[in-house]
Amino acid sequence: MEWASQLCENRGLGSKMTDSKYFTTTKKGEIFELKAELNSDKKEKKKEAVKKVIASMTVGKDVSALFPDVVNCMQTDNLELKKLVYLYLMNYAKSQPDMAIMAVNTFVKDCEDPNPLIRALAVRTMGCIRVDKITEYLCEPLRKCLKDEDPYVRKTAAVCVAKLHDINAQLVEDQGFLDTLKDLISDSNPMVVANAVAALSEIAESHPNSNLLDLNPQTINKLLTALNECTEWGQIFILDCLANYMPRDDRESQSICERVTPRLSHANSAVVLSAVKVLMKFMEMLPKDLDYYGTLLKKLAPPLVTLLSAEPELQYVALRNINLIVQKRPEILKHEMKVFFVKYNDPIYVKLEKLDIMIRLASQANIAQVLAELKEYATEVDVDFVRKAVRAIGRCAIKVEQSAERCVSTLLDLIQTKVNYVVQEAIVVIKDIFRKYPNKYESVIATLCENLDSLDEPEARAAMIWIVGEYAERIDNADELLESFLEGFHDESTQVQLQLLTAIVKLFLKKPTETQELVQQVLSLATQDSDNPDLRDRGYIYWRLLSTDPVAAKEVVLAEKPLISEETDLIEPTLLEELICHIGTLASVYHKPPSAFVEGSRGVQHKRLPARAGSIEYVYPMYSSHQQRAALATAVYLVHLQPQHFYLQPLATSVDISKICSFCHYTSCINSPGLAATTCYFSGSYVNIFSNCKVLEIPSIIPLISSAFIHWKHFIHFSFLYQPGGRTEVQSPQPSSDYSERELGGDIGGSPSMGAGLGAAPAAMPASLGGAPAVGGGLGDLFDLGGGVGMPTGSYVAPKTAWLLAMKAKGLEISGTFARRGGIIQMDLSLTNKAMSVMTDFAIQFNRNSFGLAPAGPMQVLTPLSPNQTIDVSLPLSMSGPVMKMEPLNNLQVAVKNNIDVFYFSCQYPLSLLFVEDGKMDRQVFLATWKDIPNDNEAQFQIKDIHLNSDVASNKLQGSNIFTIAKRTVEGQDMLYQSVKLTNGIWVLAEMRIQTGNPNYTEMELSIKCRAPEVCQFVYQCYELVLKN
Amino acid sequence: MIGGLFIYNHKGEVLISRVYRDDIGRNAVDAFRVNVIHARQQVRSPVTNIARTSFFHIKRSNIWLAAVTKQNVNAAMVFEFLYKMCDVMSAYFGKISEENIKNNFVLIYELLDEILDFGYPQNSETGALKTFITQQGIKGQHQTKEEQSQITSQVTGQIGWRREGIKYRRNELFLDVLESVNLLMSPQGQVLSAHVSGRVVMKSYLSGMPECKFGMNDKIVIDKQGKGGTTDDPVKSELGGSGKQSIAIDDCTFHQCVRLSKFDSERSISFIPPDGEYELMRYRTTKDIILPFRVIPLVREVGRTKLEVKVVIKSNFKPSLLAQKIEVRIPTPLNTSGVQVICMKGKAKYKASENAIVWKIKRMAGMKESQISAEIELLPTNDKKKWARPPISMNFEVPFAPSGLKVRYLKVFESKLNYSDHDVIKWVRYIGRSGIYETRC
Repeated sequence: MEWASQLCENRGLGSKMTDSKYFTTTKKGEIFELKAELNSDKKEKKKEAVKKVIASMTVGKDVSALFPDVVNCMQTDNLELKKLVYLYLMNYAKSQPDMAIMAVNTFVKDCEDPNPLIRALAVRTMGCIRVDKITEYLCEPLRKCLKDEDPYVRKTAAVCVAKLHDINAQLVEDQGFLDTLKDLISDSNPMVVANAVAALSEIAESHPNSNLLDLNPQTINKLLTALNECTEWGQIFILDCLANYMPRDDRESQSICERVTPRLSHANSAVVLSAVKVLMKFMEMLPKDLDYYGTLLKKLAPPLVTLLSAEPELQYVALRNINLIVQKRPEILKHEMKVFFVKYNDPIYVKLEKLDIMIRLASQANIAQVLAELKEYATEVDVDFVRKAVRAIGRCAIKVEQSAERCVSTLLDLIQTKVNYVVQEAIVVIKDIFRKYPNKYESVIATLCENLDSLDEPEARAAMIWIVGEYAERIDNADELLESFLEGFHDESTQVQLQLLTAIVKLFLKKPTETQELVQQVLSLATQDSDNPDLRDRGYIYWRLLSTDPVAAKEVVLAEKPLISEETDLIEPTLLEELICHIGTLASVYHKPPSAFVEGSRGVQHKRLPARAGSIEYVYPMYSSHQQRAALATAVYLVHLQPQHFYLQPLATSVDISKICSFCHYTSCINSPGLAATTCYFSGSYVNIFSNCKVLEIPSIIPLISSAFIHWKHFIHFSFLYQPGGRTEVQSPQPSSDYSERELGGDIGGSPSMGAGLGAAPAAMPASLGGAPAVGGGLGDLFDLGGGVGMPTGSYVAPKTAWLLAMKAKGLEISGTFARRGGIIQMDLSLTNKAMSVMTDFAIQFNRNSFGLAPAGPMQVLTPLSPNQTIDVSLPLSMSGPVMKMEPLNNLQVAVKNNIDVFYFSCQYPLSLLFVEDGKMDRQVFLATWKDIPNDNEAQFQIKDIHLNSDVASNKLQGSNIFTIAKRTVEGQDMLYQSVKLTNGIWVLAEMRIQTGNPNYTEMELSIKCRAPEVCQFVYQCYELVLKN
Repeated sequence: MIGGLFIYNHKGEVLISRVYRDDIGRNAVDAFRVNVIHARQQVRSPVTNIARTSFFHIKRSNIWLAAVTKQNVNAAMVFEFLYKMCDVMSAYFGKISEENIKNNFVLIYELLDEILDFGYPQNSETGALKTFITQQGIKGQHQTKEEQSQITSQVTGQIGWRREGIKYRRNELFLDVLESVNLLMSPQGQVLSAHVSGRVVMKSYLSGMPECKFGMNDKIVIDKQGKGGTTDDPVKSELGGSGKQSIAIDDCTFHQCVRLSKFDSERSISFIPPDGEYELMRYRTTKDIILPFRVIPLVREVGRTKLEVKVVIKSNFKPSLLAQKIEVRIPTPLNTSGVQVICMKGKAKYKASENAIVWKIKRMAGMKESQISAEIELLPTNDKKKWARPPISMNFEVPFAPSGLKVRYLKVFESKLNYSDHDVIKWVRYIGRSGIYETRC
């Protein structure tokens, strides 16, 4: 026994210094040796063995086989050994629950130990053992410990309640631990208070509606007192908790602020940031003319600047937060530009963040300094940083008009460096500058053209092409330049192709005589040789425009473009407010609401603005930060002409002026109704306009769409599903007189902001369409294809939503939806490869779920997915998978594998997926069943803003297998009795009341009864989805 | 809250792995290794999100410390905790190295169990921890009941950073005012940004529970006193503070022993200090900074293959004072083939591996000037990208505080024990060092 002899030597030396030997590689039969050692009589030997076990555990070896032997060592008065055994227990108890019971006695005994350290250790460890039987035994000791005389034990017990709650929430409630925990807020010891606050906050988070943290002025006062006395960590817990409180009036708000401000001088940055959070939030309530308000603003700047002298990681957190604060209250840091100047040795993440803030703070007063700095940065080494710096120069030009000229000349200097990526970046921003200041800087075009050959990035190429097209009349050889691009047309990215098409059409309209051949060439390339629907569609539009009415074409294609806004990258205000409530936390680092990255119920509550934030979420996780901003600023509009491609392709993948531009084309195109209609007839298809009101920051566009809307009602499915939140009021036209309800299948009018779907004329609806989509929340709201009306045979299909984001899945992006088509359940997926390499070997698997959904066959992705390619897959699903109740009920956890890795995501399917076709119940059975189901199982819901009469409604519902069995009219109310059957045989009965007397019958009342009441909520959601589409 | 804490060596092998939350699986350990430690690209953010799990990491020499969570935790707190964790470990076993971590892994687990409960940081003051987490194994069985409750009351108490019953034969304290002066200067000599970040580090060897009061030439305090007409400054001479000038402090932060509410209301700094060495406060000033050195660069490109560099440094402080450890670092292009240097003072050397000329001067008195000139020969290259011309940086140490901060007094009161403020031996030292002291060329 080699190591044993080693041990003897070591003991002589003092074994403490040589623990590293436990990390040495294992030999065969080690477990055996350890076993013998663990059962040795010698204490010292035992301890050494346990240490060895722990070391093995650390490096990931499975030493669970030693469980009984290790647990045997637990009965010891040596605390170090005890702690080691506990550590082992915490790791393996879950896998050996029966054995773990052996430890209970010792735990319970230890909880009575005279030494408070041991009592606390026992209760602390017990809480970490997630074994039901142990948990049961935990209750009594925990109750005692919560009232222990020693504060150390009480503070440990307070946290233990949170642990227990995580294992068994019901038990905690039943045992009344929550009340005891609440009492601890009044404890005399500040640390006990802090831990109780932390535990309560955590428990409250998973019970959004509970009144657990009943914060009132008295408790707030207690917390503020404890704040002065507890450890730095405790201060953080308390401040974070305070931030959730809503003061009753401005006076209370001010008095809390006054007591929190001293924390700004704490050495711990987290204390400072949490204090900033409280102040930023409560400041909202203070009247702006109050002296104190001004004082407070002044007090906030210095500590924020001080955070920048912390370690780089903390600087990063601070900078991400300052970025939010600067957007919310620019006045705080407006004089502090210099501290954000980049230092040569800053880590790259600090540099990039500083740059971002510099641009935000740039103003006329400091622009000279900023520009000088940016020019320095543009010569640095890191490519990303340099690019961002160049882009920043362009942004300064757009933001501060006085500086535009200097910026342009700086950019030209940079172009002279001939550094490839600098040149490309500069061209992209110069394009923006042209847009902002038309007819001012076009003299530089010649310089730009010189660099045409060196551009190899699509964005830069597209920008350059846009410039050439836009200013074709000033560039003598514009046709030659564009022609040179045309040679490799099919090798270009879509972005470049689209831009080239538009540019050549512009050129043609400006110089028709010389370029006829060129335009023919590009149109045929785009329409005949391309399989990209976007390109083809745009090609067709131009073609028909040009062939029908060149004058109108000119009006359309060369229409005046709206000016671009200077603040295009601001975080959407509702999200910003939510993020301000999360200062210091991960949400503020990611600039995403917690629900975007936290699983389960925790953190899903939106602070302050609960209803609206859901829609933003979608856009946010999808793109990286600058793209997100672009998504907001750039129009997400697309005209699709091909019915086969009835899916939304958000254009907003990058800042691209050309997209706004092409959008303008289309809207103005629509504005000349005759032509547009012709175009549409010619192509024999439908046009969908997908609109996102968030992006309607270009006010002039709205009337354009609206007027187009009138003329195009037969062809356009138009949905404004995202309400602009009071920022941009969307005016929609009233349905014109020739508009008939019947023709459109009954679903008409209504408030456009709620998603007035104008159904297409059913006769023209191609059969291939199958289902009609519905509002599924989030960005899905943005479009409505075909409307569920007039298609009673298909249930609705929600638009695809992003399930897996490229940034989280090594470039694989998955969006999808669920559909039920003729009794077959399908999962429709779009797989997009946003990585650099080809993806192959796709496979899919589901976790157990509430209704046993499982793939009916393997996922068929036949060809490898090359970069930037998207494949649509329909996966038939069966209901034969293993069942496990999920939270929420309709949650589905999916694993998708490819040659790179396995990725996990979860999505929620509409319950209507499970509504079977033979769900029509016999009337008598219905009556009997209705009576039979206890009234407790009945759930009441209201559906508002529905403009349907009962017939239309029941027709719509039938499309989703919600069957109306009977109808009667009582006192001006239509009562519909409906039944639904789920795939697992559960019946759901419903009674729906619709006011018939009122022509605006906007409200429906729904009573749902089911033996499994938990499904009611989800059935109601289906009703709402179906009826609102 | 923090779901787990891992420590890796540079190869990505796990040295310590402690999981606090059920939502963190064993695969999290590997996820971090694969996606961050073994990532091909340089780390672009200290926070990484992998499969809905967030990883916070810091590095100490070649050791990675990572905290992992699935919740919306307080990110600033997590980093502060990781730094604190490093402090605690260093206090126990010195440098954070693979060897030390392996040697002390049992101790580290014990510490992690104590200072992080269910992911919530608990008292992590080494002073307190050392009373009951000891390298010799806990003395649990030998403690008396009083000792035990003394430990727990200290760990949870209001003065968690100091234990009772400390006794010294000689009551003594040392104050170090350590400043780092940062400068970014344009080639033309214009100050682009300059600030001093300073620290007051105290070593206290005082008996009992002394109540201390610290005073410096803070403009706000001096002005207030001036207004009140109390020109009588009892401690003016005590620590050699001149009290003539006052300085404007932009912001300061304090060790948790300082009563912040008192500072907020009266701007007085009062506290019961921890025993031994700790950082009392940090501060930052931006006004009226004494820049100890001025660097005047002159770079001339002679054709495509030659650069001429001339750098003059001027010292700008009292002639009686001496600056030490002066080092000027002049970056050279990557395609440098040879360098000839002539300097008036000190030694200068071209270090090819660092792409810089390093000029070292041992000592230099105030109001002096020195110069270096160099000829740099370049290899002709096709590289279109221009040389980025990194700034010339400087290092030095001066025996005064560039911010102008002066300690006015540090009073010690201990009512229970029989020593008075006068019996305490007090030492003050000022050291100004260069932070990032750069001049663009």
